Formats: sequence, C-alpha cells, structure tokens
Amino acid sequence: MVVGLIDYKAGNLGSVENALARLGAATRIVDRPERLAGLDRAIFPGVGEARAAMEALRERGLDRALAALSRSATPLLGICIGCQVLLGRSEERDTECLGIIAGTSRRFPPAPGLKIPQIGWNQVYHRGRHALFRGIPDGASFYFDHSYYPEPASAEAWVAETDYGVRFASALARGSVVAVQFHPEKSGRWGLALLANFLAWRAEAS
Amino acid sequence: MLTKRIVVCLDVRDGKTTKGVKFEHNVDIGDPVEMAEAYYEQGADELVFYDITASAERRGIMIDIVRRVAERIFVPFSVGGGIAKVDDMRAVLLAGAEKVSVNSQAVRNPRIIEEGAAQFGSQAVVLGMDALRDPSMPSGYRVVVDGGRVRTELDALAWAKRAESLGAGEIVLNSIDADGTREGYDIELTRMISTELAVPVVASGGAGRLDHIERVLTEGRADAALVASMVHLGSFTIPEIKGYLRDRGVAVRLDY
Repeated sequence: MVVGLIDYKAGNLGSVENALARLGAATRIVDRPERLAGLDRAIFPGVGEARAAMEALRERGLDRALAALSRSATPLLGICIGCQVLLGRSEERDTECLGIIAGTSRRFPPAPGLKIPQIGWNQVYHRGRHALFRGIPDGASFYFDHSYYPEPASAEAWVAETDYGVRFASALARGSVVAVQFHPEKSGRWGLALLANFLAWRAEAS
Repeated sequence: MLTKRIVVCLDVRDGKTTKGVKFEHNVDIGDPVEMAEAYYEQGADELVFYDITASAERRGIMIDIVRRVAERIFVPFSVGGGIAKVDDMRAVLLAGAEKVSVNSQAVRNPRIIEEGAAQFGSQAVVLGMDALRDPSMPSGYRVVVDGGRVRTELDALAWAKRAESLGAGEIVLNSIDADGTREGYDIELTRMISTELAVPVVASGGAGRLDHIERVLTEGRADAALVASMVHLGSFTIPEIKGYLRDRGVAVRLDY
C-alpha cells in the first residue's frame, strides 16, 4: 500500500507521514501530477490558508490532477485546509477552490464566549453511516484548529457534524472523496482509527 | 462542545527534562521523549516543550527530540525557547511540531509573529508571555522577558492585543508571580487577557492543587491549563485531573 501525500508548499506533511508510518503504510510525496500515477490512495493535508494553498496547487498543476483523481476510484482524503479547498469556494480572502464537493467554506460568526480560531478537542457526531467512522463511537473527540468551516451544498455529502456556535460538517464525502475538518493525525487513538479506516476503505468512483 | 485542554509542559535543557522554580534551581527529571509518550497515553490533550538550553550549538538536540516525539505521540505539541528567526520556526515545524512559541524574541522583534503567521498560518504561531503584577502599568501587569529576569516597558494587555493583531493564533500566559509557587494560577490576569482577546488563552504558572485548575478554567476563563510540577512530581495524574474537572461540570476529553 502506497499513500500519496499531496505537497503543495513547504507545508508540514510530517505529522500525517508519522501517523501513516505507525499504521504501517508507505508514503510518497506528490509535488507534481506525474507522481500520482500508480498510487493506492492519496491524502491532501493542509495547514495555512485557502488562497495560498490554491495558488500553490495551480502552480504545480495539482488542481487539475486532483480533480481527475476525484473522478477515479482511488480514495482521496482531505484534511483541514485540504478539506476546505475541495469545496467550490472559501470565504477566506474570497478564494475560488477546487469544486470537487459542492459547497463553501465559511468563517465562524462571532459569538460571545467563542474564541476564533476553534482550537482543541471537540466531538464528532455521525450522520448516517460511513466506512470512515467504522468502530469509532458516535461523539468521539477529535482535534480541531480552524477559523473557517466547510458547508456542503448537499446534505448527502454531510457525513458527520460538530457544534461550535454553529453545527457544521466536520466530515464530508462524495464518491471516492472524503474530507475532514479536524486533524486525524493529531487526534490520538480515534484519529489513528479513522486513518486506518481510510486505508482499508474500498471506494467507488463518483 | 469544545473541551478545556490540559496541556503538559516540559522544560528541556541539554536534552533532559528539567524542573525549576522561577526559572532557577533546575534539576533533571527524565527523558523528554519517554515522558511525552507517557503523558500522551495518560490522555494529555497537548504538550509544550520549552528549550531552556542556553547555547546555540545545542539547538540540534532539540530538533532531534521534536522529531522523535512526533513519531511517537499523536496529539498536538508546540515548541518554544530561543526562537529568533523564521528559519528557527521552520526547523521546529518541519521536525513535526504543530506550533512554535515565541516570547522574549517577539518582544524584541514583533515582526517575527507577522512573518511566522504569513508563512505557516496563525494556527502555528503562539505568543508566550510572562507577566508580572505591577500597579504602575495600565492593565496592572508588565511584560517581562528572559525568564522573568528583565522588565520591559510593555503593558501585558496591550502587548497581547498587539500580538493577536500581528497574527498570533494562541497565547500561553505565564504569571511570574505565581510561577513555581503551587499556590494557584493568577485568576485575575488570566480572566482579563482571555476576555479581552479573541484567540484562545492557555493559563500557566502556579498550579498545585486540582481546584486551581478548575478555577482558572471557569472563573479565569482560560481555554486550557498548563501543568508541569503537579504531574511531573507524581502528585497527580492526568486522569485524576480530568476526573476531578468532569465531576465539577467542566467539559474535558475523556475518550483517549
């Protein structure tokens, strides 16, 4: 099993790499489209901000490669910014994104007593069943660190939800593409369990 | 609901975890990588490493520790101490830390916060601030640097706000008056900074008893509480701290 890690800028892939190593998966850094060939699945991690991420993807031609990958049966997992840019648009510097899952990333509205960014552990509640959450209790804690949240256009894409002033989609899916707003690579045992589920997942092309 | 975090702090000197009072009289208490792994398994929500090694040539030791910690623990951790340039930040983040913390160097050169946030995102840049009670300052607290030894002309609240506007994504707020006393966090200081700022505040300095942690997370409005001696010296375990908080209605992560 070889997992591609999408590298679109001096981003920190180390944490995801370490978690996959713990799970016994080999990784390959994908910094140009050709390196996607022959992979079993791919992870699109991310920290930082949406516009810079999109610019870096376009520069490397990875935007089109990811769109093509999303139409195949090869599973793709987006994490945090990697989740947000899979949507059509982000309110962060009004950025046009990949549009692989229809929807928008929105900034948390200000609310008394709620800090922005949301930093820390929050519960993830399942909506329906998805292989990504197999064996993971409903309401298990995952680590979040974000100021924007994904809002899918269709309820069908909405796999799990979390409450932070608003109820937002903390996990999304469409065909062979899944995306999580939290950081599974930093979410202890349940995060590792989710990554293991992703590695075992047999997706169908959308 | 977002839970309150229990953050374990490890001071590292020459590759060993060390513990001192008011930054003095340090004694070695163990291997930082092994300790990090033990706290991870006990359910610590986050870890903080401060490199208090004085000389520059030992920096490589810390990077090696960060790399080994990142291979073994799967919760976030930050690294601080002697971070003076964006390149120092990059080295720590590439070695596997989620966040990097700047303190004295940010007072001397506030642009490091701005540059760090632009390069790595605000979520990666933490301001460490040491505050000393001082009635002559507008907020009642003065910023001190270099482990509390050197006074600055900065007001604690004004500096925290400035750091936030420069892009710091979180503040670790240490009370120099309370640090090492084990008589409780500075509730007044924590509440003021946490209420006035939009970014999360991690309270530090003074934890000795379980009710200290409860108070700073409720009355003090802290988003997270930093503990060191309380757990290093074996007085309390993370599960004991979290069990106590849960019993008093404070939301904490228990499913680790």
